[in-house]
Amino acid sequence: MFRLLKYLRKREWLFAVFAVVFIVAQVWLDLKMPDYMNIITQVSQGGIDPDTGEAYVMSDIWLNGGFMLLCALGSMACSIVTSFFVVRIAADFSARLREALYTKVQRFSMSEINKFSTASLITRSTNDVQQVQMFIAMGLQMIIKSPITAVWAITKIAGKQWQWSVAVAAAVSVMIIGISIIMLLVTKKFKKLQRLTDDLNQTTRENLSGLRVIRAYNAEKFQEDKFEEINEEFTSTNLFTGRVMAFMHPLMSMVMNGISLAIYWIGAYVINDADLMSVPGLFADMVVFMSYGMQIIASFMMLAMMFMIAPRAFVSANRINEVLDIHELIKEGGGVGDTAEKGTVEFRNVSFRYPDAGEDVLSGISFTAHKGDTVAFIGSTGCGKSTVVNLVSRFYDVTGGEVFVDGHNVREYRKNELAKKIGYVSQKAVLFSGDIRSNINFGDNNADDAAVEKAVDIARCSEFVSNEKGGIDGRVAQNGSNFSGGQKQRLSIARAVARDAEIYIFDDTFSALDYKTDRELRAELKREMKDATCLIVAQRIGTIIDADLILVLENGQIVGKGTHKELLESCPAYQEIAYSQLSEEELKNA
Amino acid sequence: MPNPRMRGAMPAVGAKNMKKALGSLIGYCKKYIGIVIAALICAAVSAVLAVTGPDYISQLTDIITDGISFSGVNIDLDAVKHVAFILIAIYASSMALSYIQSFIMNYVACNVGRKMRTDISQKINRIPLKYFDSHNYGDTLSRVTNDVDSIAQSLNMSVGMLVTAAATLISCVIMMFVTEWRMALTAIGASAVGFILMGVIMGRSQRYFNARQISLAKVNGHVEEYYAGQNIVRAYNSEADSLKAFQAANEELRKNTFKAEIFSSMMMPLMSFIGNFGYVAVCIVGAALAFNGSINFSVVVAFMIYIRLFTSPLGQIGQGFSGLQSAAAASERVAEFLAEDELSDESAKTKVLKDVKGDVEFNHISFGYDPDKTIIHDFSAKIKAGQKTAIVGPTGAGKTTIVNLLMRFYELNKGSISIDGTPISDITRENVHDIFGMVLQDTWLFEGTVRDNLTYGKSGISDEKLMDICAQCGLKHFIMTLPQGLDTVLNDNVTISAGQKQLLTIARAMVEDAPMLILDEATSSVDTRTEIKIQKAMDALTKGRTSFVIAHRLSTIKNADMILYMRDGDIKESGSHDELIAKNGYYAELYNSQFVGA
Repeated sequence: MFRLLKYLRKREWLFAVFAVVFIVAQVWLDLKMPDYMNIITQVSQGGIDPDTGEAYVMSDIWLNGGFMLLCALGSMACSIVTSFFVVRIAADFSARLREALYTKVQRFSMSEINKFSTASLITRSTNDVQQVQMFIAMGLQMIIKSPITAVWAITKIAGKQWQWSVAVAAAVSVMIIGISIIMLLVTKKFKKLQRLTDDLNQTTRENLSGLRVIRAYNAEKFQEDKFEEINEEFTSTNLFTGRVMAFMHPLMSMVMNGISLAIYWIGAYVINDADLMSVPGLFADMVVFMSYGMQIIASFMMLAMMFMIAPRAFVSANRINEVLDIHELIKEGGGVGDTAEKGTVEFRNVSFRYPDAGEDVLSGISFTAHKGDTVAFIGSTGCGKSTVVNLVSRFYDVTGGEVFVDGHNVREYRKNELAKKIGYVSQKAVLFSGDIRSNINFGDNNADDAAVEKAVDIARCSEFVSNEKGGIDGRVAQNGSNFSGGQKQRLSIARAVARDAEIYIFDDTFSALDYKTDRELRAELKREMKDATCLIVAQRIGTIIDADLILVLENGQIVGKGTHKELLESCPAYQEIAYSQLSEEELKNA
Repeated sequence: MPNPRMRGAMPAVGAKNMKKALGSLIGYCKKYIGIVIAALICAAVSAVLAVTGPDYISQLTDIITDGISFSGVNIDLDAVKHVAFILIAIYASSMALSYIQSFIMNYVACNVGRKMRTDISQKINRIPLKYFDSHNYGDTLSRVTNDVDSIAQSLNMSVGMLVTAAATLISCVIMMFVTEWRMALTAIGASAVGFILMGVIMGRSQRYFNARQISLAKVNGHVEEYYAGQNIVRAYNSEADSLKAFQAANEELRKNTFKAEIFSSMMMPLMSFIGNFGYVAVCIVGAALAFNGSINFSVVVAFMIYIRLFTSPLGQIGQGFSGLQSAAAASERVAEFLAEDELSDESAKTKVLKDVKGDVEFNHISFGYDPDKTIIHDFSAKIKAGQKTAIVGPTGAGKTTIVNLLMRFYELNKGSISIDGTPISDITRENVHDIFGMVLQDTWLFEGTVRDNLTYGKSGISDEKLMDICAQCGLKHFIMTLPQGLDTVLNDNVTISAGQKQLLTIARAMVEDAPMLILDEATSSVDTRTEIKIQKAMDALTKGRTSFVIAHRLSTIKNADMILYMRDGDIKESGSHDELIAKNGYYAELYNSQFVGA
């Protein structure tokens, strides 16, 4: 938590100082009130003004009452001004923290993202920041104010009757011990409740996502029993924590009521033993002692509350720090500038393993793609074919060997330079809310309307785009949910086309399309982008049948290298894939 | 413990129909009505007792002041003791009653919550699939957890709080007037001024809270979208653009947070000012009256406590009502879901199809997901026992519709589907489901052991049999490598590839050993080499069984006895491979397209 404080700027520290000043002023005013009360009490009891040595008169009540009212008003004003500063700090701080997280995550490559998972990064950037902000907005004031109030009030009553002080101290200890016991009993159970809530969610989610399967297997009862088991445990845990927490309220009133009773009860004895002269003063002391006592107890109560809500904010702060502390593995290169070669990709004995993994995912990968070549990667799931193309874009860095793009090691490039050369289409189509144009002209894509239309056309999107209201200005909902899977994939291809890149990477892009669209689209791409180098990861033989070079991967190694014809003759792994999809006859005719 | 998020002025989402919403909530509580009333009585008595406290404190003060005279101090200490013991008794019983109230309400709230969760969970399995076409899972999920939680919480807190607060308030007012009417007016007047002020300010703040909610959703939406698309953002050098959009949303959120928080943090100072203001007013007026000798100072002391007892329930009543309001909104959402139409009751159906041969007939069926929009128009076909039917067509052509109809996930608009001459609408859904084994495209596994996932709802399957089936599906090695073999719990900690998942679901279908089979793109997430393994397993599985196969890869279905070509939801062509090729229509075009390279 405290490490996050470095995200506070000078101005906010200044605001914090102002806030403290106003808090002190407020406490002073709050504690001043019982002093006036003391005088008023003495007035009504026929006491003597120590300054003048004369008896109080009625106007003293109005005067002191007026002061009290001013104190109350002043206290409110101070408190509102304090809130202004604190809320300002909280809002600015959380906005800055959110931005720091966002810019940090933007620099993450896939290794860092996988380390946290996307979902977790999202919660950390949104919910966790919200938690910290709430803590600052509420907690900060109380954490500063409560101890000041408590200490100040204690000094005010310190010189007076020790019996009353003991009573107040006893009340505070009873309260602290009581709250501690309650917390001790429920903290673990609250954690358990959190886990059980997740389980309830998980089981319901499971039931919902598997509706068809559950019904097809007549397994409704099975699921319901599973849910009921968790529900049962959740309920009994809830009952327990509820019962324990229910002690909180009686405990508080016990302390509050107990202290009033104790002060008067003790007061009766103290006054009884006192000499006549000091009686009015003692009586007034007794009345104000109540006020101070209450203030002290209330302060401790606030502090106790803080100890209950602080851990949550601290956990969130830690989760935020975990993200901010990550050192990105991918280091920015020095920059290459204009390259002599264009559109070449070369792998030299490349190997790769995921961080913390025991084994290489890829090893001994070498190949060269010349300008205008189409190089295809095929193999069973998990063979590492997608990983190969991810190394070209430097989503990961190789752990052995070298990757060259246009004759330079990819590590030499600045990230933007390298990305500029590549048109990348992922396996799962990604669209962003906005319109079709903004999705195609994404990032540093800078196509004019004609070029956008053309990209749309090449990617076989014209038909459904023209049906959209506004054509290329048609709306794209969050995650592109207003388009079908195939349409999204084609739009993401259009985005790559509009990039006019030297190298195109299609990471299993075509499998989501039906054969016919797949074929038409590739034919169109071939025609329009003759000079571009294409790296295609594919599942279907049909997609790669006329690639210039096909690499067959198995367990992260190249087991076949050549054209379709060559591989069909020489590579058993390739034959197996081919025959699983097409009959011998069909392959020959192709 | 005050919930840190329930800070006075959160935007309360009201129910559309308060009466109906509360009605359903009361329905759930009916069982507990006796003890709830007992709890409420406890709450009221406890509150009243607590309010009588100040009167005794005031008596104490009187005893003390009476003991002070010009001749000396002589306090009646026995009287003090007597009053003190009465007070202890009053406070103790008030606390005990208050605890009993909380205990009961907690019991009721937990049990009502449990019942609701159970009902929703069971309802999910009784509701037609159709419902989920128009409602997303997140919506249902939040009803199970958030809504039920919020109902339980307000039952637990708000009801008791409201009754306690109301009882405190009323008895406080009575006690004040009984004690001293002028001071009572002062106290009430002072508090009223404060609360009117607060009401005005809070009324104006509502729109700031709404604005904050909206901009928060905007920032969260942006973060979700761009984090998920991080690779694309990086690949297209869009960091600067996306940061700019984020900053704009973030700045808006910052401003709205500030405005909303300023208002909500003004609540506390205002509340304490109202308290202080009342306190000061009571002190001044009281002291003045005491100075005149028209009251004893003990009255002032009592009022100093009354004013505290009086101002806090006003805030609590507001909190209690907003709690009840959100409970009403939540219970409306729960009730809405529970009131959704269920699948028709089939307990009257006695006919059971057993030892199915597997003849299937589609007899002039028509169907549409939307009753006004028929997508399958009058389709008929006969499939003989043991035949393989393939369903093909471009993505989004509605191939899954046929599965939905066969499994009776949806009901036909017209016509009938019969198995062995019996229309499936004549037998129970459960019976239909027993007849079919099914493997779906989305490889659904649940958190549980491998064994449970395979035998799913079926008992009496030996481990040998299971392992035998796993061996057939090429899963044996995978299961052997798992730490606890068949008893390994499949959760996030176990990494399973898409292919392995698919194999597990196929094994599940083999375990079920149903007379007929539905394979919906069962091999699409498996690479072609694994597919050969699966294909072999499936060939064994489909042998002698009537099967329906949906597939991308035409090679897997070429040998089907009947091919249905679907497009735009409707069945456009049907017949064998050779027939359809000869016809040179849609299917022929689709089939030929796979051989033409780019």
